[in-house]
Amino acid sequence: MVTKNKNEPLVLVVDDFADAREMYGEYLKFCGFRVAEAQNGVEAIDKAKRLKPDLILMDLSMPVVDGWEATRRLKADSTTRDIPVVALTGHAMAGHSESAKSAGCDLVITKPCLPHDLIKEIKKVIGAGAQAAAKKRTSA
Amino acid sequence: MARESVAVAARAAVSAEAKLALLEDLQRCPDAAAAAQRAAEWLVAHSGAERSIFAAPDHVRGALGGIAGAGVSPRQYKKLSIPLDEAGHPLVIALTNGSSISFHSARDARLPMFGDGPFTSVKVGGGGEEPALGLLLISPPIDAAPASVKWVADALGRCLTRVALPVAGFEDDDQRLRREHALLFSIINAATDPILFTNMEGQPIIANARAEMLFTAPDDVSEGRRRAVQLNNMFFSAALSRAALGEGEAGRRELLLVDPTEGSDLLFELLSTAVSDPREGTGVVSILRNITDLRQATRQIDENFARLRAAEGEIRAERDRLNLLIDSVADPIIVTDQEGEISLMNNPAERLFTTAAGSGEDAQRIVRANDAHFTSFVSGLLSTGWEITRRGEIALMDPSTGRQVPVEALAAKMLSDIGELTAIVTILHDRTEAIERTQLYEQLKTASEELEGRVRAATAELANQNELLRRQALELEQASAAKSQFLANMSHELRTPLNAILGYAAMTLQGVSGELLAPQRRNLSRIDANARHLLTLINEILDITRIEAGRMPIQVVAFNLADLVREVTTELEPIVAKSRLEVICRLGDVPIMRTDRQKVKQILVNLLSNALKFTPKGNITIKGQLQGKSTVMITVADTGIGIPKADQIKIFEDFRQVDSTPRRAYGGTGLGLSICRRLTTMLRGTLKLESRLGHGSTFTVTLPTTLKK
Repeated sequence: MVTKNKNEPLVLVVDDFADAREMYGEYLKFCGFRVAEAQNGVEAIDKAKRLKPDLILMDLSMPVVDGWEATRRLKADSTTRDIPVVALTGHAMAGHSESAKSAGCDLVITKPCLPHDLIKEIKKVIGAGAQAAAKKRTSA
Repeated sequence: MARESVAVAARAAVSAEAKLALLEDLQRCPDAAAAAQRAAEWLVAHSGAERSIFAAPDHVRGALGGIAGAGVSPRQYKKLSIPLDEAGHPLVIALTNGSSISFHSARDARLPMFGDGPFTSVKVGGGGEEPALGLLLISPPIDAAPASVKWVADALGRCLTRVALPVAGFEDDDQRLRREHALLFSIINAATDPILFTNMEGQPIIANARAEMLFTAPDDVSEGRRRAVQLNNMFFSAALSRAALGEGEAGRRELLLVDPTEGSDLLFELLSTAVSDPREGTGVVSILRNITDLRQATRQIDENFARLRAAEGEIRAERDRLNLLIDSVADPIIVTDQEGEISLMNNPAERLFTTAAGSGEDAQRIVRANDAHFTSFVSGLLSTGWEITRRGEIALMDPSTGRQVPVEALAAKMLSDIGELTAIVTILHDRTEAIERTQLYEQLKTASEELEGRVRAATAELANQNELLRRQALELEQASAAKSQFLANMSHELRTPLNAILGYAAMTLQGVSGELLAPQRRNLSRIDANARHLLTLINEILDITRIEAGRMPIQVVAFNLADLVREVTTELEPIVAKSRLEVICRLGDVPIMRTDRQKVKQILVNLLSNALKFTPKGNITIKGQLQGKSTVMITVADTGIGIPKADQIKIFEDFRQVDSTPRRAYGGTGLGLSICRRLTTMLRGTLKLESRLGHGSTFTVTLPTTLKK
């Protein structure tokens, strides 16, 4: 997995709620990220495979294929396994975050989360991912 | 001679009285000799004879001998003895000859007593085929044998047939005595019982052979035998003297002697009688009867008798036992013979087939009926030749009560060794109980089936109920799940748009969409503030709902209170900073707590938030200290507006602040304290309030350091 542009990581924002998706998108762009959007799990998997983003911001509750399932599939696929997934959930119950983690999410954030805080978390995860990728490159 | 003839004639014209007298005399004569003597004397007296002899044949001696005589001495007539086998002798001939014979020459006849004179012989007795009894000899002879002589001969003959003739008395007295003696002795000797004639002391005078063997020992015998004989004599003498003294039964006693030859014991019965003889004196005649065998036999008989009695006793006892047995059998047992007549029955049978004396007509009728039924049953068995047993049912009645007695009868033929019918044994078994039992059983079965039915119905009912309950439980579960789902959904549904509102507001305020004018900034801030309020409200409502639904599980974790307090103050720092209040933390030595950390945090956050909201100026002190051994006391004290006493309970209620009007100057949803109270209760703690209007409030939370489930 190679980033196309070191300075501009690509974030795939997955949410069926347009307002939320666009809000995150706009803010990410404002912060200097490149943004791709997906409306549901199927689209998310498809775009992830094609675009190979640096991070996927996944809302968990979506119709057809929800966030859990999409995450599982992505993590099962070797081509998309290493993409970090940050899950967003409005469910306040403890079980949800655990099941999300077990599906393969690298981080679970409970909504509502202010964009400012979200970006902080995203940057953390990407940074960790880049380190891991760099390690891989040196070893390969 | 003439004179003699006249005399004879005179004598011949004998009188009837003289004849009668002779007849009478002859009747009275005890024996033949006397009769013959009388006859001879009569002849001499009345018939003119001078001498008369009666001679009879002695067939034993085989001679004709003189028995009686008149006019001659006994010596003389006893001398007469003529052998009978001298057939030529005229007297022998005369015996067989029929008529009287005159003999002229005495010498020829060899009758010295008559001298030379002639005599007549008249046969006495005999006639036809019977031999002559004797001869009457008369001397001198009477010519032509006058009727009187004949008459006398006849009379004597008749008399002699009546009276036995003595054995020839012509033998020598001594000879005769000796002969008699020898005969007597041989008789006595021949006796198998010892016979003794002894003196009074027991010394034997005469002993027969057997007695000799017991009581005398010749010199050449063994010592043992001599001693035995001595003993025997002793015993015998003793016994005799006892008898003499009159002991025991008169004349009879037992005597134990020893057999000298064999040495064995012999038991005799001693029969002795005293005998007086004018010449010999008093002696004792003893006869010993050998009762050894008798005694043994008696003993044997006694033994047998005893055994027999014992056997009889046993048999009787056995019979009694059998009777008892048969009687004790509750079932009637009847034995009938080949003709069908009852020969034996036990007590229970008697109750059915006999009536007590004086029973009524009804009872007797019933007995007759029973008998009839029984007989017909038994004859059913008798009539079939080959069947050995017969089983059937008879309807009888109890004569005393009239009750129906249905019985099952089992009759069996009793056969002898050769297969002949000897008797029939019948046992009746009262079926009343069996019938009752069957009925009862039927009833029981019906009842049981009914019960079973009811049980089944009840079980089905129960199953139904169970099913119902299961469904209800399922429904409840589903409802509960639905509720949970609802909560989850609600949580999500509410937060999502709120997230957008807050996000956009924040973003726009940050200048992402461009520069903002002051009024725009102010309005956006208001939107943001209200959205936050809404979010708090939603969170609290969700919390309460979750607590109420029991969806707030307790998670016990070990944690440090001081760390938790620090975390809380850090989290609320922005608000603290804005409020410009001082937050002081004073924590004592509190051990590691083991309880739900998250909930404790929530309580502290709420209390602190409230304190921050309602304290315009001053400080807030958070204290925490150990109370007792296992309780922690946390106080959040502020210098705020305080709460009037009247409202101190109210504020814990849902949606209640002191001021219930919608316009809440101090913010807050009014749910915070309510949630705190619920949470402390869940942690088994208490929440107390101390406050004074205008002087601040102190909330005290007491919790167990270790939450026990």
